[in-house]
Amino acid sequence: MRNNINPNYEFEKEETAGRYEEKEKFYLASQWQLIWWKFRRHKLAVAGGIGLIILYFLAIFCEFLSPYSPTDRFTEYSNAPPTKIYFWDKSKKFQRPFIYGLKRELDMASLSYKFVKDKTKKYPIRFFVKGKPYKLWGLIPTNFHLFGIEGGADTPIFLFGGDDLGRDLFSRILYGARISLSIGLVGVFLSFILGIIIGGISGYYGGQIDNIIQRMIDFLISIPTIPFWMALSAALPRNWPVVKTYFAITILLSIIGWCGLARVVRGKLLSLREEDFTMAARLVGASEWRIIIRHLVPSFTSHLIVSITLSIPSMILGETALSFLGLGMQPPAVSWGVLLQDAQKIASIALYPWRLIPALFIVVTVLCFNFLGDGLRDAADPYAR
Amino acid sequence: MLGYIIRRVIMLIPLLLIVSVVSFVIIQLPPGDFLTTYISNLRSSGVMVNEDEAARLKELYGLDKPLYIQYFIWIKNILLHGDFGRSFQWNQPVSEILAERVPLTVFISILSTIFVWLLAIPIGIYSALRQYSIFDYIFTFLGFIGLSIPGFLLALILMWFLYSQLGVSITGLFSPNFVTAPWSTAKVLDMFKHIWLPVIILGLGGTAGLIRTIRGNLLDELRKQYVITARTKGLPEGKLIFKYPVRIAINPLISTIGWMLPGIFSGESLVAIVLNIQTVGPVLLRAVMSQDMYLAGSITLILSALTVIGTLISDILLAWIDPRVRYEGGAE
Repeated sequence: MRNNINPNYEFEKEETAGRYEEKEKFYLASQWQLIWWKFRRHKLAVAGGIGLIILYFLAIFCEFLSPYSPTDRFTEYSNAPPTKIYFWDKSKKFQRPFIYGLKRELDMASLSYKFVKDKTKKYPIRFFVKGKPYKLWGLIPTNFHLFGIEGGADTPIFLFGGDDLGRDLFSRILYGARISLSIGLVGVFLSFILGIIIGGISGYYGGQIDNIIQRMIDFLISIPTIPFWMALSAALPRNWPVVKTYFAITILLSIIGWCGLARVVRGKLLSLREEDFTMAARLVGASEWRIIIRHLVPSFTSHLIVSITLSIPSMILGETALSFLGLGMQPPAVSWGVLLQDAQKIASIALYPWRLIPALFIVVTVLCFNFLGDGLRDAADPYAR
Repeated sequence: MLGYIIRRVIMLIPLLLIVSVVSFVIIQLPPGDFLTTYISNLRSSGVMVNEDEAARLKELYGLDKPLYIQYFIWIKNILLHGDFGRSFQWNQPVSEILAERVPLTVFISILSTIFVWLLAIPIGIYSALRQYSIFDYIFTFLGFIGLSIPGFLLALILMWFLYSQLGVSITGLFSPNFVTAPWSTAKVLDMFKHIWLPVIILGLGGTAGLIRTIRGNLLDELRKQYVITARTKGLPEGKLIFKYPVRIAINPLISTIGWMLPGIFSGESLVAIVLNIQTVGPVLLRAVMSQDMYLAGSITLILSALTVIGTLISDILLAWIDPRVRYEGGAE
């Protein structure tokens, strides 16, 4: 760009000033800024990221966002279909959203209960309604819920329908998100620590240690995961408390989860330790660990983030599959897999198709993580063309 | 080539050894040994347990000896007599229970792999040749969805959809009158009426990944100079693409068998449970539920051994097709 011999330099500079500044910004930008710019252009990835923020927001504030607690029972409304919300009644005048009351009737032809709308009873939906008291994050006592039926404790609002015991599926999905969404993060955190330590040792020292660790990884990767997890979960007592089962399952999922991360760490370390700056650090007398932590790790952090993002979905799916089979989280704990247990039999899905809604949440979550990971992978190396 | 095969087969032995040790650990994991569980189960169901019988079983599996000797007895029984131990839940030798189910698992897995190829090769080639076209985007998007919906959820959703729309229940691998019937041509034909659904469900997950690989590889090949040379020489476009770049681009078909197999076996056991197919999946679930560990451990052993062997076969095939791999392997 800069050409001092050119007599028209000043003129050219003026004409291209905008571009010039842009270029200067580009050259001065830090690595993370470049990654962010490149990532921003990947529309699906941005959408995935936003989707995940919303999902985690739902999980974090589930006590406030859900109208009921996951154990609240409305025995009269077991297996009630999703409640329809109305804005117009017979007078055709637009008004605040409301629902009609439901009456359960025994259908003599099929000998099963049917729910019939009782159009004489209208229950308006209120926001920031006072409901059952609860403690937000187990700390802040309050009784506000985002929405609900005022004073209508006998007529519940079931956005996603009710289950066998008359509990609100919508509330249960929000509460279940806590376990389902966090188990991926905790599991990846564990795998990450294992992966970075083992992969680091393998890549930095090389030689025989590297060989042994690589064979171990080859082996762990060649195991069919689900049967392996199933067999291992046989050792988990079914009557353990929720927290204990939770951590046992995360450990179970990490046993295989760390392999992929260890491979990335090793591969990057192998190439980075040949770089000049590693040699320079060694010449100044930096210790091995200092070189690894201070110089090598920051150079491949972006690649690590990509692998982490892409390995979270398999953890979430692992927990879901185990809980779905009845081998993972056990009721009364609520996770999406536990909720799907109700959808195992074709007879129950045929009658109550809303029981498949947790599956939708799982698919959307995994899709978001995959989109996000794909975008991050493209952005991870902003200097590559 | 022969040297390469021999080297790889020798490398297989330590892997199989680790597989067997891990499976044995799994068998030992739940508290109490299998005989105590067996006897307490019989007692709880009101059956008198013969002390002699208990002592005989104890002797047979060396349950009174230290663990490592138990392991050697277990391995010896498997290798010499094909005896994987006994399932107390079925009250049958494990090998009898699995005799029909393991081949079915393998058969379904092979069919799924073939299905993945049939679907992924044409789509992958098309996507690369028409990069950024509408269909390329559609296939990419569908591929992502395929990657994100695990097989068992897809099975659930399809099951519900077919039932609510067509009123057919698609579970099982055989019509009711064939389930217990001995094998015959009619039974095989009946099986093919049911087998397509699990095959498609299992295949869809792997297809997305393979499409990406083939597309990426072919795009790389198409940019190479020999393609440009051939084009300037006036070679017909169809011949040019299918004779050279495509042949190289579909190489990963073989190398991916290695990493597809664990996934397919994994998915198969889950889908089989949902669709109630008579393969090893449902047996494994029941075994794990009731801590029938000889059965559970044997299934893990067999499935892991099958993947390890499958990976070996794919490596050998790859070396046979692509000599570059062989030399790289030799240099190690």
